[in-house]
Amino acid sequence: MSIDLANQIVTGLLTGLVYSLMALGLSVIFGVVRVVNFAHGEMTALAMYAAWALFSWLELDPLIGLPLIALLLFALGYVMQRGLIDAFVSKPEHMQFILLVAVAIVMVNGSLLVFGPDAHGIQVPYGFDTYEVGPLLVDKVRLLAAVAALAISGLLMLFFRHTMTGKAIRACADNLVGAKVIGLNVKQLYAVTFGIGSACVGAAGALLAMLIDVMPSSGPELTMLAFIIVIVGGLGSMGGALLGGILIGISEVLAGYFLMPSMKSMFSFAILILVLILRPQGLMGARK
Amino acid sequence: MSSPMINRRGFLAAGAAGATILGFGGTVRAAQPLKIGLLLPLSGGLAREGQSCKRGADVTPGLLADMGMPVQLMIADTETNIDTARTRAEKLIADGAEVLIGAFDSAHTLAVAQVCEQRGIPLVVNIAAAPNITEQGFKTLFRNFPTAPKLVTEGLALMKDVFKISGTTPTKAVFLHNNDTFGTAMAGAVNKLFPTLDMPFPLVETIAYDGAARDLAVEVGKAKATGADLVLLVPHGDDCIRMIREMVKQRFEPKAVVSPGSPGMYEVQFYKTLGKYADYCMTNLPWINPKSAMSQALLKAFNKAYPDALFEMNIGFTFEAILIAADAAKRAGSNDPKAILAALPATNITEHVMIGGPIAFDAKGQNTNTRSATIQNFGGKPLVVLPSDVAEAKPVFPAPGWQQRG
Repeated sequence: MSIDLANQIVTGLLTGLVYSLMALGLSVIFGVVRVVNFAHGEMTALAMYAAWALFSWLELDPLIGLPLIALLLFALGYVMQRGLIDAFVSKPEHMQFILLVAVAIVMVNGSLLVFGPDAHGIQVPYGFDTYEVGPLLVDKVRLLAAVAALAISGLLMLFFRHTMTGKAIRACADNLVGAKVIGLNVKQLYAVTFGIGSACVGAAGALLAMLIDVMPSSGPELTMLAFIIVIVGGLGSMGGALLGGILIGISEVLAGYFLMPSMKSMFSFAILILVLILRPQGLMGARK
Repeated sequence: MSSPMINRRGFLAAGAAGATILGFGGTVRAAQPLKIGLLLPLSGGLAREGQSCKRGADVTPGLLADMGMPVQLMIADTETNIDTARTRAEKLIADGAEVLIGAFDSAHTLAVAQVCEQRGIPLVVNIAAAPNITEQGFKTLFRNFPTAPKLVTEGLALMKDVFKISGTTPTKAVFLHNNDTFGTAMAGAVNKLFPTLDMPFPLVETIAYDGAARDLAVEVGKAKATGADLVLLVPHGDDCIRMIREMVKQRFEPKAVVSPGSPGMYEVQFYKTLGKYADYCMTNLPWINPKSAMSQALLKAFNKAYPDALFEMNIGFTFEAILIAADAAKRAGSNDPKAILAALPATNITEHVMIGGPIAFDAKGQNTNTRSATIQNFGGKPLVVLPSDVAEAKPVFPAPGWQQRG
């Protein structure tokens, strides 16, 4: 394998890990609340705008601003679930779809009004730095973002496995009737879950803002990306989201390197179609 | 800039001189303002360029009024969308526009041209390079912007001049281009013309990329793997920022990054985002003549209105498009679209702002007197380095390495 190709694979792997964190939020929300968040990418774009605003106005590094942005998105997710989505949880799927698409459109146009049509990027002081690892060149920003994404994903998994709230949320996901019977406050847990999924989005948005520019049209693109990842990995599976992100990150790089760079996105969709045909539940999704 | 400055009075004098040459004797008539519908991508992917054109348009009516050519601008946003461009053109005509100007993007321009042709309204193209725009037999279309093949031919020829002056020639080049309408037209022209122009280096690979791609790491990695020491780049928007950023990160050190004619590397955002890494990038394209009296007057008005914005090509061409329409109306002695259409083929404007000969149109409605220049970035500003007769600085080639910049 040539050094250039190895460099590209490392780049794809690191970028894919950040994508994974974003998709993880979508997977967590669907896995528990059973609502597909069609405004997921738009929420990610909001988090990216928040990171950009903190950086531009307060010179706050996105890695430092990340907890604050995650907290803001947690609050947004919590309020959205309690005030808006909760009434639609038991409604037909098409009603949930229309509701969240409407939310997405409001977010896109709101971003356009507030931030304008231009792309906004964050140029941290170490934005052009690279580490030399043997013959490989590793982009510092990507590495930091990927390590942060991996750490947050790990913390989230620990939360669901080892805390009472995490276990209660999993109980709601596994057996909703049973959870109600033992007295769990399902509405509250749903709101917390939506908040946690949104916090993942917030953290991912803060990290993505260091890698790519944000503009109002970024939202729908990121929603599509999150969907590809969770469908490939397995909707509702946290490990699947992680695997899906890495797979899409690396496959885009390989498609660009061996075929045509302009075919990168098309290749992701090709993988999606293959998975839907051969393993509709996703690579790590449970067969029903 | 070291060029002489001119005040508003001087501008009026220049305009009057131009008018005299055109046979109007400097008489300033009291006329109804010409209603000009200006179509620009003010939002969406090309918003930055569209906004730049609009800034040029904003300062134009005041200057033209001083020359006895009152205009009223009706500005519409194409939203970087072909269908929107078409519907906005219809709306502008319905609202009373007597001339349309636009539309920056070639595909948008073609859509608007069809509307104008059906309605008999003149369309003056400020910026759009696709050659087919003037090859479809439109009777109402007049373009004051070079075609992609002309841009490329002159752009490549200017590169040879840079190598000659610097005494250094690259060994091989890689060509990266955005795969939108503009980029594809430019790529077609490069690939067709390159073998015919006796260039002193081979083109080892052409890489098309999606300008909307989230990042361009793989594109740059692929270019680096070719071993090329010259990068020919045709970006169209923010993609050139991502491209240079990746080159620095991947330590890809070509002798120069040169655009044979495209927007991107001379824009404020490029300088702001990349800082020292924006320096030494070269773009070969039509540019504002720093030594023209009219361009200096435009610069003065522009700096007063937009002290923080960059005075660049989009502003000059948008000003000139409005000038062309106003000049035709003045010569026709009427704002009637039919009269303006009859006057436009006889356009001959010697005093204007862009580098090149008099503005005049051939049988297809194309101004063939445009001329490209090489501009190079120095300290966050684009300066003309070629042709020598209008140059503000000497070209630097090879460019210093990324890490060798202070």
